[in-house]
Amino acid sequence: MPISLFDYLRAALLAIFMTVGVAMPSMAGPFEDAVSQLANDSFSDTEAAVGLLAGGGNAQALPIISALQEGRLLADPATKSVFIKQGDGKFLNAATGAAVATAPASAAPVRLNNRLRRTVEAALGTLTLLSPDPAKRILAAQSAFKTRDAAALPAIDDALKKETVPAVKRAFAEARAATILFKADASDVDKIEAVGTLRAKGDQDALALLSGLSGLSQDVAGVATSAVNSIQSNLALWSIGQNAWYGLSLGSVLLLAAIGLAITFGVMGVINMAHGEMVMIGAYVTFVVQETIRTRYPGLFDYSLLIAVPLAFLVAGLIGVLIERCVIKFLYGRALETLLATWGISLILQQAVRTMFGPNNREVGNPSWMSGAFDIGQLSITYNRLWIFCFTLAVFAILLAMLRYTSLGLEMRAVTQNRRMAASMGIPTARVDALTFGLGSGIAGIAGVALSQIDNVSPNLGQTYIIDSFMVVVFGGVGNLWGTLVGAFTLGIANKFLEPVAGAVLGKIAILVLIILFIQKRPRGMFALKGRSVEA
Amino acid sequence: MLTHLAHAIKAPLTRRRALSAVTGLALGLGTFATASAQDTIKVGILHSLSGTMAISETTLKDTMLFLIDEQNKKGGVLGKKLEAVVVDPASNWPLFAEKARELITKEKVSVVFGCWTSVSRKSVLPVFKELNSILFYPVQYEGEESERNVFYTGAAPNQQAIPAVDYLAKEEKVQRWVLAGTDYVYPRTTNKILEAYLKSKGVKQEDIMINYTPFGHSDWQTIVADIKKFGSAGKKTAVVSTINGDANVPFYKELGNQGVKATDIPVVAFSVGEEELAGIDTKPLLGHLAAWNYFQSIKDPANADFIKKWQEFTKNPKRVTNDPMEAHVVGFAMWVKAVEAAKTVDPDKVIDALPGIKAANLTGGVSEMLPNHHITKPVFIGEIKADGQFDVVWKTPGLVAGDAWSKELDGSKDLVADWVKLKCGNYNTKTNKCGGQGS
Repeated sequence: MPISLFDYLRAALLAIFMTVGVAMPSMAGPFEDAVSQLANDSFSDTEAAVGLLAGGGNAQALPIISALQEGRLLADPATKSVFIKQGDGKFLNAATGAAVATAPASAAPVRLNNRLRRTVEAALGTLTLLSPDPAKRILAAQSAFKTRDAAALPAIDDALKKETVPAVKRAFAEARAATILFKADASDVDKIEAVGTLRAKGDQDALALLSGLSGLSQDVAGVATSAVNSIQSNLALWSIGQNAWYGLSLGSVLLLAAIGLAITFGVMGVINMAHGEMVMIGAYVTFVVQETIRTRYPGLFDYSLLIAVPLAFLVAGLIGVLIERCVIKFLYGRALETLLATWGISLILQQAVRTMFGPNNREVGNPSWMSGAFDIGQLSITYNRLWIFCFTLAVFAILLAMLRYTSLGLEMRAVTQNRRMAASMGIPTARVDALTFGLGSGIAGIAGVALSQIDNVSPNLGQTYIIDSFMVVVFGGVGNLWGTLVGAFTLGIANKFLEPVAGAVLGKIAILVLIILFIQKRPRGMFALKGRSVEA
Repeated sequence: MLTHLAHAIKAPLTRRRALSAVTGLALGLGTFATASAQDTIKVGILHSLSGTMAISETTLKDTMLFLIDEQNKKGGVLGKKLEAVVVDPASNWPLFAEKARELITKEKVSVVFGCWTSVSRKSVLPVFKELNSILFYPVQYEGEESERNVFYTGAAPNQQAIPAVDYLAKEEKVQRWVLAGTDYVYPRTTNKILEAYLKSKGVKQEDIMINYTPFGHSDWQTIVADIKKFGSAGKKTAVVSTINGDANVPFYKELGNQGVKATDIPVVAFSVGEEELAGIDTKPLLGHLAAWNYFQSIKDPANADFIKKWQEFTKNPKRVTNDPMEAHVVGFAMWVKAVEAAKTVDPDKVIDALPGIKAANLTGGVSEMLPNHHITKPVFIGEIKADGQFDVVWKTPGLVAGDAWSKELDGSKDLVADWVKLKCGNYNTKTNKCGGQGS
């Protein structure tokens, strides 16, 4: 092949690059080599580089590795230079620590996979054992607990001695215990003490570690086995508490979904198949509120749900009033036709939402105060479930108070108990009907706001809850709000205690069978309403 | 509902009746077809545009309209324009069969692209056999099937599930497995295959946990807690998820909230793609995995071109692409080539022409239609990134040929499908007879 001018040019360019490339390592030590290795876009090279950096003792290592973990480390494969993107949008050259105006356009974030993420976590653990921030020290101790690297033992001992915060101190002691148990030449006395520390820790991690031990002397093995047994029986007790909490949490979701139906179906006697769609509309209101906040006022994101609750109530309530005025009004006392008409409405609403927002799930974010979990003993409670639990009880209390103490509530009860008598007393029954249906729908809308936090926001959202809602209302006793409350929690707890034994599918079937049997015995549910209105 | 509607039409229209009639009408308005012109080749599109499956299938309808539009810009096929005929089977399995019949007999389409769930495919099979037409099926499925009238452009289990498990065992050193799925045929068959495969690799029964949940399951607290417990037995644990559709969002939210990180217990999913992630905040899911034959993030000129044109076509610069879409791209290209090779749209000739046809996929390779009516595909493992896309961390060295019959299961390992030489979808190599177990 003839050599063209182009090839000459390319060769010349290459030569220039080569000299630059050679010039750089001439002044570079192992640290700089390790940094430039990060730019190779190879997982194994990155892993090796992280190892070198963590063990190298250079002050730049910590910012580089934390930037890598957070995806702020950019590498330019052409020049093998690596940059740290800082919080304020400026860049640092990772090797020199000098500020640079901007990273080259070809620089891309250094990629991580799970194995690398573990390596990075472990490296950060050894680098942050003495960090001034106690939260970081706890993380460091936890990562040392996982890696159990015998070489890190002196550093852990050192950190343990200097530590003053009790929680961090305990975490270090546990990390030390874990490390000692996996250190081949540790003395039996030390190991027995370590088993004691882990026995006090008493959680899944400790259990996993103790049951995975091998090669112990007879004394230590005996202590370890008894520790495993004690942790196991302890955890079994906790798991009952855990199931009870899960049951309460599921019950609160069921109650929230059913409480609106308890009014439209329970109090008014309207079989409202479009109830689930009101829940869905509430969820979509949340989505719209969050979208508006995201684009216009990002600072308000944590309050998005508080803004969405009244809006969802209004939107769903208004649609409810419309449905009552335009359709249900004409169908009172004709259960079958109401069922079919509301079912049709539910399909229309679903398809309308599908046309407006598309068939895909919409992203509704959790505000920061609804993310994550906290532990009580061995109980892990997620914040979003806890808030929904509290929210449900609040909604229930407000509704109960409304029915009991407001004039609208009084009128509602009057109309449902004896329509003709109420009418002859001068209560505008038609208006009360519309408002009652609106109230039930509005509450379903509020439920949608809460459910958007745990379920997906799609046009099908309502369908998932409609059956459960009817089940709760019928089981609890039609027309009785307290019945709905007890029904929801009973079903929730029964479900969660059945699930670990029978599995989710069989558990659900078992619950349905139990309800059928129960309804045979008590056709009016747990708390049947007594009075003349029932017979009507 | 039907009797109700008929009743409403017969009776004089009072206000109430008019309303019921309108409701009924709105329900019936699922079907529409574009105005028919003479001298076109009709292509049927059988994807749900309403009901539960609309979430996934609507995109595929749009993809087909896009592909047909592109082909028409190039002059159509055999000198004729293509014409899309869209019907809506409304996520209703028996309606799939009715709509398929309507497409073939009334609209006289030459080929149908459609179905998502296995049950919808099984429900249209007899129609395609009876009326001798062609169906291109674009979704990853459980295998154990090969029909003369169906071309499977999605992944068979050996093109998705088994490579994913291999990756976890090799790269993540996983020794304990949770097989979690929705309770229907695809997860059950896939998990049966995986269980047999894992056991053949020396994994013990006590290191495999199988869990099924109902469709649309939304309370994952117990199961995520169980997974955490199962994962704390001192051995590296991973979750292989065949959880379908809407149930994924609450599952991933619960994983995130209970703090199950990918570095501790990675979850590899076979039904979660770019579309599904669009509804979740993915930051807590960083590093969880998915196995597919295509990812939007794959850097390839053909892919970049496709994404650009697709986003222009849908007028949405954020519209994502996904694996079943790519399957339709490849399947459609194969069909066009086969029609051009056969110089006719006659089903028998096109069916005979299809095996051996090659078409470029969007990831830089060339897929081939095999005699068993499955295609060759590359397999990619991607990790979820914070922006809802996937970062490809591993791929198979070459393309993997799809197995119609799994080599892991007792009932199917002796079966082969070959529509070229053997003219049989389930040939038993032991008894040398066509018609083994299965279909």
